[in-house]
Amino acid sequence: MLDPATIRNFSIISHVDHGKSTLSDRILELTEAVDPRLMREQYLDSMDIERERGITIKAQNVRVQWKGHVLHLIDTPGHVDFGYEVSRSLAACEGAVLLVDASQGIQAQTLATSYQALEHDLEIVAALNKIDLPAADPDRYAAEIEQVLGIPARDILHISAKTGDGVAALLDAVVGRVPPPTGDREAPLRTLIFDSSYDQYRGVVSSVRVFDGTLRATARLRYMQAGSVHDVEEIGVRSPSASPVTELGPGEVGYLIAGIKDLSEARSGETVTEAAHPAAQALAGYRDPKPMVFCGLYPIDGDELPELREALERLRLNDSSFTFEPESSGALGFGFRCGFLGLLHMEIVRERLEREFDLSLIATAPSVAYTAVLTEGGERRFDNPSEMPEASAVDHVDEPMLKATLIVPSEYIGTVMDLCQSRRGELDRMEYISPERMELVYRIPLAEVVVDFFDQLKSRTKGYASLDYEPDGYQTANLVKVDLLINHVPVDAFSTIVHKSQADSYGRRMTEKLRELIPRQLFDVPIQAAVGGRIIARETVKAKRKDVLAKCYGGDITRKRKLLERQKEGKKKMKAIGRVEVPQEAFISALRLED
Amino acid sequence: MGDPFGVYVHVPFCASRCDYCAFASWTDRDHLMARYAAACVTELGRAAAAEALPAATTVFFGGGTPSRLPGELLAEILGAVARRPGAEVTAECNPEGATPALFASWRAAGVTRVSFGVQSMSPHVLAGLGRRHDPAAVPGAVALAGEAGFEVNVDLIFGGPGESDGDWAATLAAVLALEPRPAHVSAYALTVEPGTPLAADRARHPDEDVQARRYAMADAALGGAGLRWYEVSNWAVPGHECRHNTLYWRQGDYRGIGCAAHSHRRGRRWWNVRTPERYVAAVEEGRSPVAAEETLDADRRAFEALALALRTAEGVPADALDDEPELRPLLSRRGDRVVLTLRGRLLADELSRRLRVPTILPA
Ligand SMILES: Nc1nc2c(ncn2[C@@H]2O[C@H](COP(=O)(O)OP(=O)(O)O)[C@@H](O)[C@H]2O)c(=O)[nH]1
Ligand code: SF4
Repeated sequence: MLDPATIRNFSIISHVDHGKSTLSDRILELTEAVDPRLMREQYLDSMDIERERGITIKAQNVRVQWKGHVLHLIDTPGHVDFGYEVSRSLAACEGAVLLVDASQGIQAQTLATSYQALEHDLEIVAALNKIDLPAADPDRYAAEIEQVLGIPARDILHISAKTGDGVAALLDAVVGRVPPPTGDREAPLRTLIFDSSYDQYRGVVSSVRVFDGTLRATARLRYMQAGSVHDVEEIGVRSPSASPVTELGPGEVGYLIAGIKDLSEARSGETVTEAAHPAAQALAGYRDPKPMVFCGLYPIDGDELPELREALERLRLNDSSFTFEPESSGALGFGFRCGFLGLLHMEIVRERLEREFDLSLIATAPSVAYTAVLTEGGERRFDNPSEMPEASAVDHVDEPMLKATLIVPSEYIGTVMDLCQSRRGELDRMEYISPERMELVYRIPLAEVVVDFFDQLKSRTKGYASLDYEPDGYQTANLVKVDLLINHVPVDAFSTIVHKSQADSYGRRMTEKLRELIPRQLFDVPIQAAVGGRIIARETVKAKRKDVLAKCYGGDITRKRKLLERQKEGKKKMKAIGRVEVPQEAFISALRLED
Repeated sequence: MGDPFGVYVHVPFCASRCDYCAFASWTDRDHLMARYAAACVTELGRAAAAEALPAATTVFFGGGTPSRLPGELLAEILGAVARRPGAEVTAECNPEGATPALFASWRAAGVTRVSFGVQSMSPHVLAGLGRRHDPAAVPGAVALAGEAGFEVNVDLIFGGPGESDGDWAATLAAVLALEPRPAHVSAYALTVEPGTPLAADRARHPDEDVQARRYAMADAALGGAGLRWYEVSNWAVPGHECRHNTLYWRQGDYRGIGCAAHSHRRGRRWWNVRTPERYVAAVEEGRSPVAAEETLDADRRAFEALALALRTAEGVPADALDDEPELRPLLSRRGDRVVLTLRGRLLADELSRRLRVPTILPA
């Protein structure tokens, strides 16, 4: 068992592309944890999609030796939807390295995570990376960090993860400044799970940090939040290859395997204690992951429904934070209603389904979880617009809010404020972090952020603004459900909940779009948008007047017949909305245009 | 006696290329004409021997521009076609290619019917179609054909770029004022064929509603002059219908000669290689010029028969289509058959897709 005084637990807080993976590689080399000949670029990022997108979803942790000390490098998930998981990773540390690209400066998400670290009383060792770049301006960005986080500029290190310059000094600073863990060896065991993943052969593998007591390879464990009991199969440390140990003492970080098959039984934030001598109280801060963003996922080819179900089940083995249940839609057939931690999480899951399982999917417009307070008392929660109770039965509807933090170069402040205002954001706070950049804090409805907000922000600021957000309770809003009717038949896939002030323009946009996408029929087809029973927009797909090939050329009957046969096949695949035939592609394009 | 039998001869030579044209036609291969005609004669001879070709009741020289072929070459080919007495023999003709000498040689060879590619009587509409001939040549050409004793058809195209309702009305009026008045008119809605210069130029694409209106104008003008529609794009004074095309639409048997020509016998369809040089080479080397073929199963054949008949004044058995409210204005009942109304003719493809094909059980 290690002497806690020799241990330093820290994570690296960093924005995408600011150099976390490169720095991790350098640390592994410098501490000789990995044979340089075996050194694989970016050792810690193991999932392909993460690598491609440059984001880390799942935390890994690694133990290295540095000048008589044991350093545990705890990786944090690097994206905005995993704020809670980040907080659990930080909870396992006493310190954090804040790594900032010296040519870019601190970004909103990194800043938010740094605030979190400060709330957890973590010691922050700040470092400006990429000082080898000609565009690096470490003094300017050091001043910014001092301004926003109160870390004196003179204490901020200048490094190059690429050349290795300053990395040893950074490790020295971690040893010198980050406090060693404290913990009561004699107290009942309290171990924090800060990450779990699923391994096909071993079941759930959890990353753990021992706070009190000793975690023994022979122990019978109680999972305090899950309320279950499991025998340890194996504990060990990664340095970075896994090696089993017989015990882990206070302050130590390692992995734990206990024959668990379901990730939801060993979630981040879970406290593990000994079944025979349980701790009185779990570690603070556990939360059930709650989906925030929802959408329907449908196979484009209805025959792929069983494959989609299987893929969702397999993905869930690795990610217990998304939910799904069967649903059906008049327009799209059978599919699943899925819940995600956030928009990016939704995108990642969808992309993995398409890429790893080779499925072609259509997603309905993302929506959020509303609470309807009913006139007769009581509440009803719904995330599918078609489940919104009748307007007459509803006293009011509450919608989920976000606290959104944006860091924006001064010249784009105007356009960003316009955007936030048009999305019903309310400015909370606004502050210069340097003469060139400002921090804006908005309270803004989640529903307004899930549609197209990132893209808008990016295009309005040429990519120079950064955004972070966290849930911020609920707020009553004047929301209405807009239904779209094709030939007087409502089409569930297009029902949407919007603020009353936006209903008309949404209705107009969608009816126009559908008018273009729905093929002309033998009769006029009205396309209407309605709120309650009231029509707010209307278009007509005029009856088609001509659908005939003029000529069969010189006895070439074959060509004409084949054309008709193909069209006849196509007709079979159309969805009937009442008497109107709509090709699946029309729905797909309408929904695509939506995002 | 016996079933009708048609022979189609494809003549793939043109003076210039029209912008909408997707036919097998070339402007730079006139030097092949003599060998091409000889190859047609050879193919006819082989077919007569190998396929036991019946004598033809109809012959059709299509193109391309058959009038570009020297009269003696056309005569050479026609001479190789065994015909029954009273056979209909049509040749397509560019109005500017009509000369007394050519018509005399056609007459002598056995041609009975001339089909003029007029398309429009407005020079600016012809220009919009990328078609190079002078409409002023049309009256003289038709008069010559009348003098030579030919039946006359005029081909028209409507809905082209730059054409107004007035232009179209004027074209129809001018055609009906020709001397002698043609007993047969084909009026085709301009169709955008993939790969043509027209397809590449969206601005010139026709509007379907406009085409529907012009179709109704044509039907009114031609009907008023005593030409009755008998197929979606064809009108004739009763008794003057084109027997060759009628054969196609009744799923009859015919033999196509020349490049890109299609043949049909009892459910087997096949067609020749597309270019004249490959055709000539194949025939000269004693190889078959056939490019591909298909044999229709009973269902396909039944569907094809219905889809073809639906386009004609013969119509289809009433139970081939469901009695749906939106179809009623498109069909009129004639005994146990239904025939397309004016609106229905314009929606014939939509109706074809709804045809019910009885699955024919093996005997
Ligand atoms: N010039 C320079 N480039 C660096 C440095 N550190 C990282 N990079 C480059 O920056 C990019 C992003 O680095 P990476 O470690 O993948 O960032 P991560 O997304 O934070 O893990 C890569 O192309 C690295 O090679 C550095 O110190 N100097
Ligand atoms: S005359 Fe006929 S075949 Fe020749 S190019 Fe014009 S449309 Fe095509």
